[in-house]
Amino acid sequence: MQKVISLLMENQAGALSRVVGLFSQRGYNIDSLIVAPTSDPTVSRLTMTTQEEERVVRQIIKQVNKLIDVVKVKDLTGINLIDRELLLIKVAISKRNKNLLKKLNCSILSEENKLLVAEFVGTSAEVDKIILKLKNCPLLEVVRTGVSGISSDEKIFSVRG
Amino acid sequence: MAIKNVSGAEALMLSLRDAGTDLLFGYPGGAALFIYDALFQQKDIKHILVRHEQAAVHAADGYARASGKPGVALVTSGPGATNAITGIATAFMDSIPLVIISGQVKAPLIGTDAFQETDMIGISRPVVKHNFLVQRAEDIPDIISKAFYIATSGRPGPVVVDIPKDLTDAEHRVSYKYKKNISIRSYKPQEDGHPGQIKRAIKLLLQAKRPVIYSGGGVINANASKELIKVAKLLDFPVTSTLMGLGAYPANENRFLGMLGMHGTYEANMAMHESDLIFAVGARFDDRITNNPKKFSLESKKIHIDIDPASIDKIIDIDVPIVGSTKSVLKSIYEGLIKKKHLIEKDKIGPWHKKIKGWKKDYGLDHDLIDKRPKGKKILPQQVIQALYKETKGDAFVTSDVGQHQMFAAQYYKFDKPRRWINSGGLGTMGFGLPAAMGVQFAFPDDIVACVTGEGSIQMCIQELSTCLQYGLPIKIINVNNAALGMVKQWQDMQYDGRLSHSTYEDSLPDFIKLAESYGHVGIKVTHYKDLKKAMKQCFKMKTKLVFLDIDVDPEEHVYPMLEASMSLADMHLDKTRKTGSCKK
Repeated sequence: MQKVISLLMENQAGALSRVVGLFSQRGYNIDSLIVAPTSDPTVSRLTMTTQEEERVVRQIIKQVNKLIDVVKVKDLTGINLIDRELLLIKVAISKRNKNLLKKLNCSILSEENKLLVAEFVGTSAEVDKIILKLKNCPLLEVVRTGVSGISSDEKIFSVRG
Repeated sequence: MAIKNVSGAEALMLSLRDAGTDLLFGYPGGAALFIYDALFQQKDIKHILVRHEQAAVHAADGYARASGKPGVALVTSGPGATNAITGIATAFMDSIPLVIISGQVKAPLIGTDAFQETDMIGISRPVVKHNFLVQRAEDIPDIISKAFYIATSGRPGPVVVDIPKDLTDAEHRVSYKYKKNISIRSYKPQEDGHPGQIKRAIKLLLQAKRPVIYSGGGVINANASKELIKVAKLLDFPVTSTLMGLGAYPANENRFLGMLGMHGTYEANMAMHESDLIFAVGARFDDRITNNPKKFSLESKKIHIDIDPASIDKIIDIDVPIVGSTKSVLKSIYEGLIKKKHLIEKDKIGPWHKKIKGWKKDYGLDHDLIDKRPKGKKILPQQVIQALYKETKGDAFVTSDVGQHQMFAAQYYKFDKPRRWINSGGLGTMGFGLPAAMGVQFAFPDDIVACVTGEGSIQMCIQELSTCLQYGLPIKIINVNNAALGMVKQWQDMQYDGRLSHSTYEDSLPDFIKLAESYGHVGIKVTHYKDLKKAMKQCFKMKTKLVFLDIDVDPEEHVYPMLEASMSLADMHLDKTRKTGSCKK
């Protein structure tokens, strides 16, 4: 089962490499990782997904929390999770491809140089499904951002909260 | 009060002084020259010149372990920094508070493969509690303050501060102001245990019929020895200790079972195996303790106090975890127990004490070997430790290197006080003993410091004999010389059909007596049992001299008990022919 862990860390040089270094150092398998500054420019939010079992996930959370640059960690896995991933794809221009993309709720961003670039936003499972359904229209390039997530519950995940 | 107009290097010296540093160990080089120039021009901090950066960090480490104060080391960039890494990793594994200052190439040169450039932040990252690359000279005081705070608080550990050379030069002028105990929003170590968890722990402690206190390095680090003794006495619980925790509970007390684990005593390992309540205090259930975690003490409930939440439930599932410093939590537990004193039934654990006594009688260590002439011609290594113990009345600071001699010292030198036993437990670093002894001797100039080592380990930092001469350190080196890499040989004897692959030196060992003498020290050679006690006496009589006592011991001796691989704590080799097997559950 996919687990989603989010953390807030100091937005400074070296902080990300500490987090990433920890994964390889302790042998944790991470499927995706996404990071960007928050509305507070001193803080970055990092979201990662993993298929590791519960016991390992608990260790990941504890070990990451130990890093001095990490302010807070939260396991977002669960019913209140809203997770999204952005998919960007490039395919050859054709009427068939265009129709298929529209049918799959992909938005077309560009039609140049005989190529179509389209985007789709959804859960990882939905993105997986889209890629599977586009099997017959050769995908020339596929870019996935990795999972970003937020919880809809009343607890605010912030440096202060 | 602010001091205006100082250089980055001067700000560093002032910061170290204000952080309480009066001694640091180091080795100069290009990128650290402005720092060394500032060091030359001040009087508050004494610098000890070692002969290798690894030794600088080990010495700072030994100083920290013995004194409880943070150790400080100063190295240059590139090879200076990489040489320091073994020392830093050693301190990291044993949670020792250190601040390591490394020079770095000038900031504009970083990333250009400049002369003596290495990415110290990158290579030290997995073996430090935290590290800082200084980016502005004016940040030096705050970073040093944070470094000391991080190194010494929570679960202690080494912190590296990497300073580019240009930030220490005379041109960068800064205004100096030191803030003590600077607050870090992302770092709030938890000292006190959760009251609800403490209550649950007390309930289990009162119910136990076959309890064991399993005490570790966390008790030493938090100076919680007194608190541990009070709880153990109040409950009349037997106590065993990890390699790192020796001395926190007096070894001469009846309740003490000796060390547990890989080379633990029979009674300690059996007690853990058959226990119904393990009370882990500042110990982390590592593989040298648990043997096979799936077979580890299956009938016991477990309480675990640790300042590091990540140590809890990492290897063994815990019934009552308590995050906090061992000192604070033990204090709360003691107070809680006093309130329920009427519920403490010492009689309940009477049969358990009796059982343990039986185990001790059957297969316990023989602490009187020293008075028995060995059957073979050679001195037994255990006899060397016992002779040392008797001669120093059990009151020396003992550092050790890594291998058989280390295990014999842990088994046979009965430490009654914390911070007396100084060894590399987690990383197992050969070469640690001598430089660590230097650090201890600087912390306690008037006390007896012995370095128990072997002819393998001592050669890994032998150059420090020169440092000892320069500063007149009267360390006593007890070289347990079996002319082989003893622990490697033991494993090869036991598990590789005696194929001694590169664990002997083919008569290439130096004459250690001449070697010691060439450094201006005294060397004494011992080959016969009848001379052992006399030589030991002679050695410790020379109070102002470093004495290198080179003792030939039986190379065929193994360390026992020894846990059988992948089995439970009840499965031990008792000697070369006897095994416990799983005869006892």
